[in-house]
Amino acid sequence: MSVLQHLVILPIVLPLAAGAVTLVIDERRLAAKAAISVVLAVALVAAAVALVALVAAEGTRIYRVGDWPAPFAIVLVADRLSAAMVLLASVLGLACLVFALARWHREGPRFHALVHFLLMGVNGAFLTGDLFNLFVFVEALLAASYGLALHGSGTPRVRAGLQYIVINLVASLLFLIGASLIYGATGTLNLADLAARFATAGPGERVLVETAAAILGIAFLTKAGMWPLCFWLPDTYSAASAPSGALFAILTKVGVYIVLRIWLLLFGGGSGASAGFGAVWLAVGGMATIAFGMLGVLASQNLARLAGYSVLVSSGTVLAVVSQPDAAVTSAALYYLVGSTLALAALFLLVELVERGRNPGADLLAVTAEAFAANAETVEEDDETGVAIPATMALLAVSFVLCALMIAGLPPLAGFVGKFTLLGALLAPTPVSGVAWAMLVLLLLSGLTVVIGMGRAGVRRFWASPEATVPRVRVIEMAPVALLLALCAAMTIEANPVMRYFGAAAQALHAPRDYIDAVLTR
Amino acid sequence: MAELRAWGSELNEIVIACAIGVLTASGVWLVLRPRTFQVAIGLSLCSYAVNLFIFAVGGLRVGAAPIVAASGAANPAAFADPLPQALALTAIVIGFATTALLLVVLLAARGLTGTDHVDGQEPER
Repeated sequence: MSVLQHLVILPIVLPLAAGAVTLVIDERRLAAKAAISVVLAVALVAAAVALVALVAAEGTRIYRVGDWPAPFAIVLVADRLSAAMVLLASVLGLACLVFALARWHREGPRFHALVHFLLMGVNGAFLTGDLFNLFVFVEALLAASYGLALHGSGTPRVRAGLQYIVINLVASLLFLIGASLIYGATGTLNLADLAARFATAGPGERVLVETAAAILGIAFLTKAGMWPLCFWLPDTYSAASAPSGALFAILTKVGVYIVLRIWLLLFGGGSGASAGFGAVWLAVGGMATIAFGMLGVLASQNLARLAGYSVLVSSGTVLAVVSQPDAAVTSAALYYLVGSTLALAALFLLVELVERGRNPGADLLAVTAEAFAANAETVEEDDETGVAIPATMALLAVSFVLCALMIAGLPPLAGFVGKFTLLGALLAPTPVSGVAWAMLVLLLLSGLTVVIGMGRAGVRRFWASPEATVPRVRVIEMAPVALLLALCAAMTIEANPVMRYFGAAAQALHAPRDYIDAVLTR
Repeated sequence: MAELRAWGSELNEIVIACAIGVLTASGVWLVLRPRTFQVAIGLSLCSYAVNLFIFAVGGLRVGAAPIVAASGAANPAAFADPLPQALALTAIVIGFATTALLLVVLLAARGLTGTDHVDGQEPER
């Protein structure tokens, strides 16, 4: 009991300590710093695995900070969904840190500390059961992400970073307005308590809470990148350095997760008159996001922007389908979410490796290259350390194809399993609604466009560019990509237990009574 | 006297509401301006408005302390709600920090791009 009891808060405390330690170690002792940082990241992954195992075996775990009873103080809640998301974030963090060891962590100060603080914020946002505490964690992760977006500096990064910061500050203000409105209307900020009170609320309070939820929704959907709140995303993500971009793949999922959590808690089946509030907006907005992402994928002139638009396709897909009040659809969406996030992170890492050997903007008109600011990067080549890989191009090409298969949802990897289950779940009810048909068409179309876009980019990079020199890629840079893709493969091979896990998670999301009882009774 | 007091608290609400409204309106207008410094000031005004708003959702009370006295059983009706004040304090601190960060990035952008336009380049005339 004693140690296991504190396992829930470990994914927050561990990166906080890691960030603090790596912050105080001098930049000149980078090797020591990197070693400590990676060891603690591995420990975080181990803690997350233990948390998932614990939650899968024993169900939802509640952690009362300071042991105060629930509605009066902050609680942390680890249920199946949040534990899985914590694990996903930790794995991405480890992959990015290892990737950065090759050279990116030397491009600017405090890279390790920023990554750990970001992980603290992300894990906290997944685990917290309190609306205002959620705000604090989201701000913590955003503050770290500002630093990471600017990591490596350079004009395009600063320009994109400025807009990213302004947009997120505005979204945070909306978050505050929504949270305080909810407090004013119901007198609580604890999510479980809020859901319990909202179920029996009078019409006056109901209107206020719905208004607040709509305002909160704008804030979260900006972070999740829903159209038309997503124009900042491709710029920021493609301008960011490779490890930051890969880590940012989880940030949109934080937005998606919060929407999923709060929306199903407040407006799920059990909330009476307000059930399904905003479902139409989620469905339409999600589908518009997929469509916008598709157009972006087709129009992208360089790989980094293509990866940025693929992020939009992925989060649009999840947002659209979770509006369907069906646990089977939600569970397929969760599986798809995890798989696509892993693949997107791998793609962001891969893009930098592939582009490294190329003359920047070689396949663009000079004018377009200027407009997209593709080439402000001048990274020092230090080629004498570490092992370069033989047959680099072949390895990169294979990894690229695997990423494309994952994101497009083609067999044999987890992307296909996720999308296929999703389509199956959408088609299961009879009669199939018009909205479900529309989603079906869009899902298939988005797969096709991703294949076209990535196929075109791949042909250009690997077959049709004779002037490209073979990039020098080191094992330590290839290993994280391989790890992420291996996890995708593992999700395919072990699809049955993974699916069952997400099935149980989705069931719990659609029946929030257990969550509420677990938090409020002691 | 009681009538005067009721009238006073009503006036209080109107004044606060107007202040929040004016701050928000000016803030939004400034955020939509093309110069980065205007955007930074606009964000500050908006965050003042939001802080006042958080403070106001706890209910406006005249002369009520947020801290319950140690002696005797307290009557909650005689005290102001302390939670929104704590929330506003947190929001102020976070707002300060992020605005300071924004100012640094703003200066960096000015130095790198040579213009203070939010897009990093002057619009074509």
